[in-house]
This record gives sequence, structure tokens and C-alpha cells, in this order.
Amino acid sequence: MPPLWLAVAILIPFALVAVPIAYVAVNAIEAGPSGILRDLIRPYTLNLLVNTLVLAVSVTILAGVIGTAAAWCTERCDLPGRRWWRLATSLPLAMPAYVSSFAWSSLGPAFQEMRGAILILTLYSVPLVYLPICAALRSLDPSFEDVARSLGHGRWRSFWRVVLPQISPALGGAALLVASHMLAEFGALSFLRVETFTTAIFEKYTGEFNNSAAALLAGVLMLICLPVAFGEAAFRKRRRFSRIPRGSARAVSLIPLGRLKPLVVFGFVTLTLLAFFVPLATLGFWLWDGTSTGQGIGRVVPALLNSVGYALPGAVVTTLLAVPLVVATTQFRGRLAAWSDRLPYLVHGLPGITVALAAVAVAITWVPAIYQTVLLVMLVYAVLYLPLAQSAVRASAELVPRELEDVARSLGKPPFMAFVLATLPNLAPGIGAALALVALQLMRELTAMLLLAPAGVVTLSTEFWSYTSDRAYGAAAPFAAALVLISGVPVYIFTMKTLSSR
Amino acid sequence: MTMLGLRGVQKSYAGNRVLHGVDLDVPAGNVVALLGASGCGKTTLLRLIAGFEPAEAGRIVLGDRVLEAPGVHVPAERRQIGYVPQEGTLFPHLTVRDNIGFGLTRAERRGSRVHEMLQLTGLTGLEHRYPHQISGGQQQRTALARALAPGPGLVLLDEPFAALDQALRRSVCADVVALLHATGATAILVTHDPQEAFVSADLIAVMLRGEIAQLADPMTLYRWPADAEIARLTGATIFLPATHQDGFAETVLGRVRVQADLPRLGVGTILLRPEQIVLAAPGTGVACRRLSSVFRGDHSMTTVLAGDTELEIPLPGWEQPGELLHLQIRGDAMFFEDVQGRG
Repeated sequence: MPPLWLAVAILIPFALVAVPIAYVAVNAIEAGPSGILRDLIRPYTLNLLVNTLVLAVSVTILAGVIGTAAAWCTERCDLPGRRWWRLATSLPLAMPAYVSSFAWSSLGPAFQEMRGAILILTLYSVPLVYLPICAALRSLDPSFEDVARSLGHGRWRSFWRVVLPQISPALGGAALLVASHMLAEFGALSFLRVETFTTAIFEKYTGEFNNSAAALLAGVLMLICLPVAFGEAAFRKRRRFSRIPRGSARAVSLIPLGRLKPLVVFGFVTLTLLAFFVPLATLGFWLWDGTSTGQGIGRVVPALLNSVGYALPGAVVTTLLAVPLVVATTQFRGRLAAWSDRLPYLVHGLPGITVALAAVAVAITWVPAIYQTVLLVMLVYAVLYLPLAQSAVRASAELVPRELEDVARSLGKPPFMAFVLATLPNLAPGIGAALALVALQLMRELTAMLLLAPAGVVTLSTEFWSYTSDRAYGAAAPFAAALVLISGVPVYIFTMKTLSSR
Repeated sequence: MTMLGLRGVQKSYAGNRVLHGVDLDVPAGNVVALLGASGCGKTTLLRLIAGFEPAEAGRIVLGDRVLEAPGVHVPAERRQIGYVPQEGTLFPHLTVRDNIGFGLTRAERRGSRVHEMLQLTGLTGLEHRYPHQISGGQQQRTALARALAPGPGLVLLDEPFAALDQALRRSVCADVVALLHATGATAILVTHDPQEAFVSADLIAVMLRGEIAQLADPMTLYRWPADAEIARLTGATIFLPATHQDGFAETVLGRVRVQADLPRLGVGTILLRPEQIVLAAPGTGVACRRLSSVFRGDHSMTTVLAGDTELEIPLPGWEQPGELLHLQIRGDAMFFEDVQGRG
């Protein structure tokens, strides 16, 4: 059983996560069955549903195929310059989806609407599949393929019958992650003029001031997202780590690409150009040569400072809430621990726009004192980025033996002191990582900030948004450039961490 | 009849020559152990025989099929050579039955072959289990059944028992050897453990620095290793300085008959296995001073001073030898004219 202080500390994030769910549920009950039917059973909603699903399914399938193929080529084939292609394939992570959408859509209407969105978001999502598949391929004992070949199966058949089934948990998890990103994506789709649930919710709320219609749509979106998030959780549990035999750390023998080599290299060149360098070059063009270039340049620094000013305390609050959850999961057993372990998946199923909308509505009705304050923004951030902080802290918590606290208590420390003196210092690396990762993610956060920013507060992402909405591309460019630079840091760290083993 | 023949097989990795022209003949129906320290190239040799990687030079012939020769490289999937890697490496997403049937055609899978293999390996009843649901020994037998099911001409086993704990190791090793003999399979078993090689193999090929240093049956290899390094690789050794004349060597422990084609007269070293030095009745043998001994259960490791040479020898554990011991040499010894680095 966890001690009392821990149980209390865990209940706070649970309560916060419960707010948007309760808000959606209460709205649905108030609308009643007839109201729900009247509002939702309309061609308009059907259109939103079709758009949302077409986008999510197409992007997931395309990114899954391209990401897996790319991982296979850089990990198992004799592709020249594999190190560089690994880095190049991960680069698009440094470009927030709404920035690359802005860059592409500024090139012309051909890259807008559904077709453009599928192209651009697929390019954006490829690394989300690529990196976990690389890791899975690397942790897969190459002897599996050797055995399959010794039993008469060629390279290609071995891949289908042996490699693919074993990386399928990783692939399934990655695909559902992409799908849940697509279901919750808002900024990019707004630039690309694709009507999905997220853009419709935003429109209902800010354009028509129709709170209850927005809440109903948010509820439908949540119902689509939750199964996807729980599916991801199921895949994660199935992930088996096949050990590479000790003492035989031999290099994998690379598969010769032969005559396909120029074609594969051409594919990588195209992928990297489209996913990273075209948006980057477009950004550069607007930076130097847009009609509105130079406008608002004086606000870059204040916006940057504001972004930092929100990101740092947001990261602290999020991490503070995450630590007790991690401690409960890694140091104790029981129902509370099990719930803490599952909470991130519940949060993954809550689209940012739903959480933000609920926060605004609940604050206005119940606690008007915190409406339009930094505190509300922090609380929403804490809910949305809790899983990120949790996984970062968890990496160190799993290395801390439970017995440490037992020893501290046997030496006369009460439970909370035992935790502070024995466990907490050993969590430092994980807490540091959580702070950095969450802060850098918050710097580029757009959706919640748009709905929640106190009046007059501008950040990099909101300034970028408002200039782009006015089609002042030149003025938006420096903000986008700053966002890309900031995003580059965690991408670099994350990519190096994932790709550095072996 | 020779089943597998290797001539002058060479391989390098990143500019380092790993195999320097390996020659090896494996007779049909034999289990040959490939014994060597880690890094001597034994796993590389196994991978070349399996066809996972091409050789740079040399020939590999299986029966009357040329598998590897200048300009010829039969890929692994067409060699019909079974392979059991370290830790068995069963496909975790397939049941025991599907693992065993993996290398069979669809028609063969429907036939009785899988059933036969299950019976032969004593796995009947476990066919619907997944690899993580069976014990380590059962996993190893499944891996062997999978390799044997397509009826390969040759089976390669790469340190197949390394992952098992000590107690299990012996029984699984015995099971595997019995199975190989029962099916009449020709097999090559890579190991770094001389005990494992002695109990499992008909012939042992000792590998040193990318070459086969000696190929012999276990007894011959143990008693008459070709050089000091092979002697150390195949068991505990005691080297004594000796002077040789007419088939006998003079040492601090007395006269001993030696083997080998020798010059009639020479100075060198003899090799003894520790169990060849035994306590003699008082009045016989050579008197030695006991310096210390460490109790080890079934024996005591005793350090004695014979003349001016310190020797470490195992003596029966229950005897409490006094300050003065009488020792003698039992059996013949191997004489080396000039040994670098005494054991």
C-alpha cells in the first residue's frame, strides 16, 4: 500500500484528467438524447467524421509503410551513408506540423485541402514510425533471420514470416500513435483548410460561440480517440524484447541492395527533400522576400520570452504532478499503482482541443477567478503533457530499488522523509529529462494556447497563428523559424538516444 | 565417407583476417565439436558453412555439392544445412508445432513429419505451447527439432547450451547428442567448453587463431595434444622441465616414459595432466615439501616444492598429508622440445 501522502498526491492528476471527461459527459446529459440526435445526426457531422477518418487512416497507412521501409533500409541493407539517412529521416520531427503545413500551403492551393493534408502530414508522421521500428529492428536478434534462411526461406520471405510478426507490436503501437496524433491535430488542418472535428470544434467555439455544440463534437472526437489510445496501450504490453545473445555482439550482415540501390537512394533523397528541405526553403523564402517580411519583427523577442515564461513553469507543474504517479507505479503494487500506470493512455485519448475547451467552460462557470490566468494554462498543460513527463521520470525510477526506502525507514525515517531522502535524489536524471522535454514541447504548443492565453499575451505560436491567418506569411516566418530552432533540440536528443545504441 | 569438406577457407572482417585458410573434413554421421577460445573464428567458420556470408577464398563441398568456390556461393536458403543458434532462438510468435514446421512445405506440414519430430524429441503434448511457456531444455530440443525436420544433410549448433544453467546443461547436452545419433545426423557443434566437447563429440577440431590446429578423437586430444596451447585449451596442465633420452624423460619427479617422434637426446618440457601425479607409498616416489593446500571438497589443491620447482596438484581431499609428501608420476607423458610460456 502506498503511504497517505502519495495517495493524496496521485489524486490531483486524476481529478484534473477527470474534468474534461466529466464536462463532455455533463454536456451530453444536458443535451439529452433528442438534443444529441438533433445536433449530431446531420450531413455536416457525417462529413466531419468522414474527413477525420479518411485523414487519420490514410496518413497512418502511408506513414506506416514508408517508415517501416525506411527503417529496414537504414538498419538492414547496405544503403550508402546509413548514418546520415538515419538523421535525415528523423529531421521532420523538428518541424511542428503546423509550420510545415504553413510552408506547403503558402506554395499554392495544390497543397491544400485533403490531398495536401495527407501528403504533408504523412511526411510529418514518417519519423514517428521510423524511430520505433529502427529500435525494434535493432533489438531483434539477427539469428531469427539466419534460422529462417537455413530452413530454406529467402530474404524476402524471412522478412514477411519472421521479422514482420516480431516487429508488429512496435509497428502497431507506432501506427496508433500516428492515428491519435492525426485525430487530435488542429493547427495544420486549419492552415490546410480541411474540416475535421478539431477545426469544427474550434470554429463552433470561437466563431459561433456555440459552447454546447462544440462540447458535443468534442465528445464524439473523444469517443474516437479513446479506443485508439487503449489500442496503443495493448500493443505496448505485447511488446516482447527478444534479447540479443550475450557475447556475440557481431555486426548484422547487411543485405545487398544490388541494382535497386540507386532507386532506394533516390527515394531517401526525395523523402528528405519533401519532408524537411522544401518547407525549410519556403520558410527561408518568406523570411527574406515576403511582402510582409519585417512586420512584427520587434515582437519576436517578447513572444519568445513569453513562450519561455509559460513553458518553464508549465514543465515544473507537469513534472511535479507526474513524479507521484511514477513512484506509485514503480515502487508499489495494488489498484492505485495500476491506475497510475494506465492514466497516460487515458490522457492520450483526450484531444488537446477537448481539454482546452473543457477547461475554459469549467473555469468560467465554477472558478471564474482562474479564467484568463496563467494557472489555468498550467493546469491544461499538466494534463496534456503528463504522459511525456511520466515516461521520462519512469526511465530513472525503474532503476531505483524499492529496498532503498525500506532501508531509510529501518534507520528511523518516516515514510515521506524516506522518499525524499532515499528515492527522490535518484530520480534526478529522469526529472531533469522530464522538465526539458515538457518545456520544449510547451514552447511549440498551439491549440491550448489559442483558447486559453490571457488577453494580450502573445507567444511564438499564437503570433505565428495570427499572422498566418491574415496571410502575412513574411511576418509569420521569423516566428516559425524560431519554433523550428527550438524543436530541433529535443529532436536531436531524442534521435541520438534512439539511434545511438550499437 | 566424407560429408563436408573445407579447403583453404578464408574470411576477413574490416581488414582483419579472421580465418586463415581452414581445412576440415567431417565424416558422415559424426558429431564434430569445434573447440576454441572466444575470438578464434569458430562462429565465423560456422556462418560460412551455413552460407550466411560468402567466403573470400577456398572451397566448401557438402557430399557432392559444391557450396562455395571461386565464383560460386550457394545462398543459405538453398544449402539444406540446419542451424541451431545460441539460446535456440525460437520464433516467439509461433507455437512449438509451427516452429518445427517452419522449414517444411505446406504438404509436409500437413503430413506426419512434425508429429514424428515431436515424438523423437519428447515434446508431444507441448505442440500448442508458445516458446515462453516451455522450459529452457524444451526450447533447446524444439530448436533442434526445427533444424532436423526438413532432413538436412548437416546440422550446425552454435554454443547451443551456453544459455542454460549448469545443472540443465549436462542433461540437455546428453539429450541432444542422443538425438543426433538417433537420427544419424552429421553435426558440427561449436563450443568453448572442453568438457562439453569431450562428452558430445566423435571428433574434436581445435581452432586457434583462424586455423584448425588439431583434429582428433577426444581421448587422443586429451592425452596427446599437438602442442602446449592445445593442451591448455583441453584441460588442466602441469609442465615439468625434462631431459629426454631414448624414450624416457628425467624430471624432478623421476623418470617417465614419453611419447612422440623425438630426437634421441634433448632438453625440453613434459606435459602431464594433474591426475597423473599421485601419492606414493612412503619410501617410494620422490619426497616433496608441502607448502600449502586449499580444501575443495572432493580434492585439496596442494602446492608442493619438488626440487626447486613449485607444483600445484590436486590430491584426494580426505587425506591429511604431512609436511613431507611422496609423489610419483602415473602413465606416459608428452614431451615438447621447446615450449614458449610454460603453463
